[in-house]
Amino acid sequence: MFKTPRRVFFFLIVLAIFLVAFDLPENYHVKFHIGKYSVDRVINPLSVDIHFLGINIQRQLKTRLGLDLSGGSYLVLEANMHDIALTDRKSALDSVTQVIERRINLFGVSEPIIQSSRTPNAYRIIVELPGVTDVNQAIALIGQTAQLEFREFDEKALQESTISAYLIPTLENTQSTGLSGKDLSRAQLTFSSQTGEPEVSLTFNAQGAKKFADITRRLVGKPLAVFLDEIPVTAPRVNTEIPDGQAVITGNFTQDAAKTLALQLNAGALPVPVTVVQKQTVGATLGQQSVLQSLRAGAIGLSIVAAFMIAKYGLLGLFADMALILYGLLNFALYRWIPITLTLPGVAGFLLSIGMAVDSNILIFERFKEEKRLGKPWRVAMELGFGRAWHSIRDANFTTLITCVILFNPGNWQFLPSSGMVRGFAVTLFIGVVTSLFTGIVVTRTFIRVLYKERDTK
Amino acid sequence: MIRFSKYFWLYALISSCVLVPGMIALLLFGLKPAVDFTGGTLLELKFQQPVTQAQVSRILAKDKVNAVSIQSSASNSYFIRLKPETDATLASLEKTFAEETTNKIQILSNETIGPILGKELLQKTVTAAIVAIIAILAYVAFAFKNIKFGVAAILALVHDLLVVLGTFALLGHFLSVEVDTLFVTAFLTTTSFSVHDTIVVFDRIREMLKRGEKLPFDELCDKALTQTVGRSLANSLTLIFMLLALVLMGGTTVHWFVFALLIGTISGTYSSDFIATPILILWDRWEKRKK
Repeated sequence: MFKTPRRVFFFLIVLAIFLVAFDLPENYHVKFHIGKYSVDRVINPLSVDIHFLGINIQRQLKTRLGLDLSGGSYLVLEANMHDIALTDRKSALDSVTQVIERRINLFGVSEPIIQSSRTPNAYRIIVELPGVTDVNQAIALIGQTAQLEFREFDEKALQESTISAYLIPTLENTQSTGLSGKDLSRAQLTFSSQTGEPEVSLTFNAQGAKKFADITRRLVGKPLAVFLDEIPVTAPRVNTEIPDGQAVITGNFTQDAAKTLALQLNAGALPVPVTVVQKQTVGATLGQQSVLQSLRAGAIGLSIVAAFMIAKYGLLGLFADMALILYGLLNFALYRWIPITLTLPGVAGFLLSIGMAVDSNILIFERFKEEKRLGKPWRVAMELGFGRAWHSIRDANFTTLITCVILFNPGNWQFLPSSGMVRGFAVTLFIGVVTSLFTGIVVTRTFIRVLYKERDTK
Repeated sequence: MIRFSKYFWLYALISSCVLVPGMIALLLFGLKPAVDFTGGTLLELKFQQPVTQAQVSRILAKDKVNAVSIQSSASNSYFIRLKPETDATLASLEKTFAEETTNKIQILSNETIGPILGKELLQKTVTAAIVAIIAILAYVAFAFKNIKFGVAAILALVHDLLVVLGTFALLGHFLSVEVDTLFVTAFLTTTSFSVHDTIVVFDRIREMLKRGEKLPFDELCDKALTQTVGRSLANSLTLIFMLLALVLMGGTTVHWFVFALLIGTISGTYSSDFIATPILILWDRWEKRKK
């Protein structure tokens, strides 16, 4: 399909049309007359709803802007400090703020602001979330305690169980084994190797592993009940002692339920109960006017860059600009598709990647000029330019990608940031660099191969 | 061919003119942390009649209150994030508002808030930056098959980061410019850009070495720099145009953020040619002397 440049060129045009459809403004009212034709309709971006080979792809393509650019929901949570000594309240507030922050980040709400707040008689946590959707879900997630506890049946219940075959664990007929979510080092969504059902696998820390080994040794042949928020989840029979601190909770989980449970267990229990006391909508932290001004300045800056490329490289510069437009469309469509919440750090990542995209073309064109100066025919010089510039483009962009991956922290490692702001920057820079490799090289080269001609001076 | 390697003293002079005052400022005064890091006061003001964000910000400025963000909330109300303020300044603020507008205002709430970017997160970001630097060092050393290139690229990067830090320490002391969460982003951007630019220059040196040019290392580097200087300038100019437009015409809230990016970009371009490459040459001379 992509054997000849002409076909690639055709493909790019089709791609551009699709991208424009994806990038159309939302609820934009168009009304004009040309002669006797009149147009009056509301434009919306293309929405996607594909059923193909059992895969469902459904996307509402909307731009998501962060708190700094467009505001969102503002929640105030009040911590109930009744049971906490006066002197410990400040640190309790700090730790509950941290747990909430971790939960929201794990839940994938991008770019939240979470702050502790104190008045003389109240301890509060302010949570700001971009956009206004999913607020209730977020509140539910913040408020849940997710207390995991392992309990064993007491003697009486065990004797009864020999009479009736089934034994339903309750808080009354069981007693704590002393092993709880605090002893956990990690919880993870896995799938059973036998049934393929979703389950949650647990890894205990050193102390927890020792406790778990003791308990399982003591309870060989007997059931061990797992409670979540004081509700029994499962009560598997212990078959052998488990010394390595690995356990699996099975139950009738849906995949989403198992994933949420793992997230909650990882995020830890809230040290203090919280209640939502206020919920409202707020404007952009950077100020609407400032955002608009910056957008205009950005547009002017980009036009200067485009003009500079044409001034310096002529027709080639124009091709580079066309590739850059396609680049912008592609990035914007990806932000809507994934979706990515755009914030100022994210925009900074995008600007930097534009710089790198332009750089790829400058590198190639300068190389092209050099090869021509050495007396090669322009077509050869052009292909050589692309070939030779590739090494530096590859290495330079690869280091940027490494930085992005470390900043994004896909494994949610504890010692690296997993917060919105740094992530937002890393994601847009990553996408920008990858797409710039495509537009800077494939697109520009195709434009040149199909549309460009030059007479050799010799 | 321009003999870049003849003017090491000049590069050292230029860099130290920027670095030395910056470092002194950094050690003496440090950076001025914004409310994002320290926490402060959150006010919610309600006005009886509509006011614009600009009006609120003008009045705050008049009272020399440094608002970090002014955010519209419910009808005619604004959230204002401030440095920790005493009750006296708040009272005077209330008075100024009453004088400046015929509008009645009401302080709906006045709370002490914690930082947006706490110590824990800041530490993690620094760790990530260090891990990234080590990874870049490893990759460059691997891609260029020589640890020299990796070390030189990293030293140039450290140079650029110090330039940005030093500039903001000076700005903080003399113009009360604060560093906020956006500054952290600018810092990370500088990291990426600096290495990107250095590698492009190094690539040319690598290519010449591969081609087996029979030149002393100094001259080879000079030739590589001469050939890439056009591209370096063109590339940096595009970024600088973009950022200058934003500094001059962009919104005030992003002003210093873009300025930090601009400093990082200029330093990043400069350091590839005048820090990273000289380090390579000096290292090479030192190795040859040892033999």
